[in-house]
Amino acid sequence: MHELSLSGAIVNTVEKHAAGRRVSVVNMRIGALRQVVPDTLEFYFGFVSEGTVCEGARLEQELIPARLRCASCEREWEIEVPVFMCPGCGAAGRVEVASGDEFRVESIEVEEAACIAQR
Amino acid sequence: MHRTKVRIVEEALDANNTIAQANRADFDRAGVRVVNLMSAPGAGKTALLERVVADLPDVRVGVLEGDVQGSMDADRLASLHVPVTQLNTDSGFGGECHLDANMVRSALPGLPLDEIDLLVIENVGNLVCPAEFRVGEDARIMVSAVTEGEEKPLKYPLMFRACELVLINKIDLLPHLDFDLDKFLYNLDAVHPGVERILVSARTGEGIEEWRDWLARAATRAEVPA
Repeated sequence: MHELSLSGAIVNTVEKHAAGRRVSVVNMRIGALRQVVPDTLEFYFGFVSEGTVCEGARLEQELIPARLRCASCEREWEIEVPVFMCPGCGAAGRVEVASGDEFRVESIEVEEAACIAQR
Repeated sequence: MHRTKVRIVEEALDANNTIAQANRADFDRAGVRVVNLMSAPGAGKTALLERVVADLPDVRVGVLEGDVQGSMDADRLASLHVPVTQLNTDSGFGGECHLDANMVRSALPGLPLDEIDLLVIENVGNLVCPAEFRVGEDARIMVSAVTEGEEKPLKYPLMFRACELVLINKIDLLPHLDFDLDKFLYNLDAVHPGVERILVSARTGEGIEEWRDWLARAATRAEVPA
């Protein structure tokens, strides 16, 4: 259900960089820890982007698996269930997120009129 | 017409975080500590506040009450003679399900920051969205009631990881439930190892003293880990 507000955040971020140009593609990197449902995000994005430079743009979502790192033993591993405990050190391990909490606009593709001033 | 690729590499929630930092700077300037209280609807946020806000030793508390609609919770707290400011989110798209930094920013002029030491922001009841939107708080507290089941941390890791304190409420009901407290704590530690937790009952008062002490410390701590 948070996909609605997240869609708004995407559109706001893109608008800032699009500088009024029409956006045809938005490339996102989304970590598994964000608990985003891709189809739902796409649905709301289409809805929220109406009337903005993003209207009609394709939302590309690259999903990033959740990887943890233990600062105590330097082990790194991927998780599918949200257990943030080091398999080696147990409760004593200092576990950090290596990747998987991204919610990042990587790039956009914008349409612009060919610039005649440039040769 | 031709297409150009524009590299951005920006977290989409950065805009909210920037406003949250501005809020935090304003709170710091006013010498006010801020906690963000979050939970599912009906877990007991308001009841737990009613138990403590009026008698925190040497701490003047104010409440910013976030709701989609209505002021029922704010009225309950105002009757305890603490300053309460209502923030309704229904002007957003169909009623936002959380507070964000900008909404709190818009409420700032109406807050009596000179008269309080601690601002409690009671978020909209929701276990997902509030976890994503910092509002300028020093610490985040979530309430999980034992009636919600022991697998909650595994289902909502985003929320259970986005807090510095978990209040486990309604423990007076434990004898009547199949809820396995050990299993809940095991799941909590799996998702957020070592997070502070207090077992409470807003109804019987069990654990309330510890909760009150925690809040009093949050109000006076120079730096709350956030």
